[in-house]
Amino acid sequence: MPSTLPDGDPVPSDGALPGSALDGLGDRPFGFYVHVPFCVTRCGYCDFNTYTATELRGASREAYADTAITEIRLARRVLGDADLPVQTVFVGGGTPTLLPADDLGRILDAIDKEFGLAADAEVTTEANPETVDAGYLARLREAGFTRMSFGMQSSREHVLAVLDRTHTAGRPQQCVRWAREAGFDHVNLDLIYGAPGESDADWRASLDAALEAGPDHVSAYALIVEEGTRLAAQVRRGEVAAPDDDAMADRYLAAEQALGGQGLRWYEISNWAADEESRCRHNLLYWTGGDWWGIGPGAHSHVGGTRWWNVKHPAAYAARLTAGTTPAHAREILDAADRRFERVMLELRLAEGCPLNLLDDAAVRGAVADGLLVPEAYDAGRAVLTLRGRLLADAVVRDLTP
Amino acid sequence: MPLVPNQTDPAVIRNFCIIAHIDHGKSTLADRMLQFTGVVEERQMRAQYLDRMDIERERGITIKSQAVRLPWKDHVLNLIDTPGHVDFSYEVSRSLAACEGAVLLVDAAQGIEAQTLANLYMALEADLHIIPVLNKIDLPAAQPDKYADELAGIIGCDPSEVLRVSGKTGEGVEELLDNIVATVPAPVGDPDGPPRALIFDSVYDTYRGVVTYVRVIDGHLSRREKSMMMSTKAAHDTLEVGVISPEPKPVTGLGVGEVGYLITGVKDVRQARVGDTVTSVSGAAVKPLGGYQDPKPMVFSGLYPVDGDDYPELRDALDKLQLNDAALIYEPETSLALGFGFRCGFLGLLHMEIVRERLEREFNLSLISTAPNVVYRVAMETGQEHRVTNPSEFPEGKIAAVYEPIVRATILSPSDHIGAIMELCQSRRGVLLGMDYLSEDRVEIRYTMPLGEIIFDFFDQLKSRTRGYASLDYEPSGEQESDLVKVDILLQGESVDAFSQIVHKDKSREYGLMMTAKLKELIPRQQFEVPIQAAIGARIIARENIRAIRKDVLAKCYGGDISRKRKLLEKQKEGKKRMKTIGRVDVPQEAFVAALSTGSAADKKK
Repeated sequence: MPSTLPDGDPVPSDGALPGSALDGLGDRPFGFYVHVPFCVTRCGYCDFNTYTATELRGASREAYADTAITEIRLARRVLGDADLPVQTVFVGGGTPTLLPADDLGRILDAIDKEFGLAADAEVTTEANPETVDAGYLARLREAGFTRMSFGMQSSREHVLAVLDRTHTAGRPQQCVRWAREAGFDHVNLDLIYGAPGESDADWRASLDAALEAGPDHVSAYALIVEEGTRLAAQVRRGEVAAPDDDAMADRYLAAEQALGGQGLRWYEISNWAADEESRCRHNLLYWTGGDWWGIGPGAHSHVGGTRWWNVKHPAAYAARLTAGTTPAHAREILDAADRRFERVMLELRLAEGCPLNLLDDAAVRGAVADGLLVPEAYDAGRAVLTLRGRLLADAVVRDLTP
Repeated sequence: MPLVPNQTDPAVIRNFCIIAHIDHGKSTLADRMLQFTGVVEERQMRAQYLDRMDIERERGITIKSQAVRLPWKDHVLNLIDTPGHVDFSYEVSRSLAACEGAVLLVDAAQGIEAQTLANLYMALEADLHIIPVLNKIDLPAAQPDKYADELAGIIGCDPSEVLRVSGKTGEGVEELLDNIVATVPAPVGDPDGPPRALIFDSVYDTYRGVVTYVRVIDGHLSRREKSMMMSTKAAHDTLEVGVISPEPKPVTGLGVGEVGYLITGVKDVRQARVGDTVTSVSGAAVKPLGGYQDPKPMVFSGLYPVDGDDYPELRDALDKLQLNDAALIYEPETSLALGFGFRCGFLGLLHMEIVRERLEREFNLSLISTAPNVVYRVAMETGQEHRVTNPSEFPEGKIAAVYEPIVRATILSPSDHIGAIMELCQSRRGVLLGMDYLSEDRVEIRYTMPLGEIIFDFFDQLKSRTRGYASLDYEPSGEQESDLVKVDILLQGESVDAFSQIVHKDKSREYGLMMTAKLKELIPRQQFEVPIQAAIGARIIARENIRAIRKDVLAKCYGGDISRKRKLLEKQKEGKKRMKTIGRVDVPQEAFVAALSTGSAADKKK
């Protein structure tokens, strides 16, 4: 079951943004997130906004690209005529690759036509390994995609089974080879650790398998038992053990060691990249206060301190756009204190850290003394998490914000 | 001669009370008496008419006594209700002193209970005429013959003299009223002497000030005369004299043997204390009635607002409660762990619970209370002495002796449980005084025991080991020297004053292990390891460790997660603000509440 949307303020039916949001538009990097809300089956741990065929209630995969393109045009109307080259596009899901490569290409074309893709734009799509082959990847590359992100999760069959993932072990590595052949310079593998039944050795094996495939980027996530998921129900009934935080910490350290040993450096708590170019610029835009428009059901957007989010169900989403109104469900206009808090919350997760002037100095010095922040970075005017601090990042944010 | 107040011949007055255990049906019987004597019509009848406080009605117990004037066949019966709990035995003794007779009311399905027996002994000491009565004879489980034998054995009468009634159906109530008229002696006093009236209750009323319930012993109380409290010699204008029947009714005065109330405009029950003697300013009596005592708190506990901002509200609430509760004492204290609060003294555990409940219910306060403790007397080698009402103030330095209050406890129980009871009492440092069979299968067991052991979970333990059948009563019995030590609980090396406790040396380790284990469960993991230690002075007697938390971060924080995550962190930040910080350790309020709860030993409904 998808998680519920936050409450917020109403959005005008034409989707108009407050003046404060449009201030300085174009000075900040701008990108698009495109949500593809379809999956063949729902995985037990997943609370994303995605739907299997039987849950679609009249919405259809076939019509989805056109509906999404309608919202892209709406975005252009709302944002006005300003020159707004798109630096990054990220297609996520759900399972984007359930759509034909041509549909993804048409969506990208619409973005280019309405806004113009920057010459060096980063264009990523997520892909489930079982849904793509060499031909599909070649078509994506031709359509203008520059980066692939494969949901590998684990190299161990029994872990994949617990996670309800349907690909076979080995398939993700194959996908990386196909992507390279198709001309993708940037390939990411997503990994999940801490699934019920996964051992430390299983995790090591997954890390090694991922590294062997030679991605230039790895995301490694601790499994979160989200409320309302099948996994949460199984944990509640005692059928599977809830992941243990100490074991999670050990796995994180193992990830840091294995990835670092192969030249991948952390640049965000859950993300490692081979070099500056390999970092995901789209995600960095989220973490550094950039603007983006989220296309699709349940997608979140942020422009100049206004956040909004679309209605969740694909049928409701399509109906809104067909009627010519914004699919936005609600929004919030952040005040200065919220924006400051968010900056700390997001920037502290990065290897560059956060400038000290946003923080409570006494608390910062305490955190340095406690080994949570790097002393040299503090001397250079920035709060940067140590390895231990990364594992306690939420606590550090709570302690350092006023 | 008409039976109007102020002109009633003492010869037709019968003053009596009902001695009964909490659920043996006293209030129901009193309700039936109100109905039979016609002072309350059936349609006005509400259950437990005389119990006024919500807590009384809910718990089915009487906390404050009351008096009601009932006309019955050319006589006047004054029913003086008595509190039914050990904490209020002084109030019971004053109510008894206002009577000439007592109805000993016992549940025909359960037999006599320890507190009833204790009150019966008090009534016998006060020379009251006792009318033994079995109630609830309508119950299928009633065994009137068996318990009539038991009662007859205890008070020394013939089983046939034990009356049988049902407060529920009214059966036997008329006969009981007739019996009261026939057997309870009429009051005797000097009608022409200086007025002397005994205060047996004093109640604060928001609208009228203090309403003082009195029984006139000698002379005459008139509403035209200024009245005077003999213990303080304070004079007050007499604003109103009246009787309750069953609502207050002003009268011109009260004569010998009469029972009624007095309003003088005082605003604080401490100015009209139970047991004091009221006289008039003109022609004042010289000698007060005997038996007056200042209330003496036996049990102490710290009360703290959960939200420190509520401290002024707590102070105001205690001030207001004290208007109605002369036994409640309190003084401000500061706890490093709990902030600003009050050290409060109570008559006993029930009194403590009632005060706490009233503070929470009537004044809408959320409170943390520290574990109750008794008063210790500590003699130092220097000859100095300390009176310790708060364990954290236990003196440092060379101690010559520590004295603790002891009680004489009486336990009544079916004889099957003797073993379990003795085991429990022994484990609580009890010394057996004696044991008697009340009937074939019921025993009375007497122990001397430290009060400090009784207030720590004793009653609940007694009930659970006897499947609820045992009843307990105790009375103060001086003090004894004991090998007592203060156990401190340290979090990361810092003593948490709220958790300090004075315990017997042989049990100090047990207490230390129990508290450290409990706190390990209750205190969330911190960013650093937190040792929890129990110590006597500098000596560590128990230790647990809360391991440092190693992971406190959500793995994902992408575009759609930001709002939700900000709100979550802000909520967690708020939660942290509500915690108390000891040294560097954040302790949630719930941990204090849970760690300090002992499973209270006060009477609860079975």
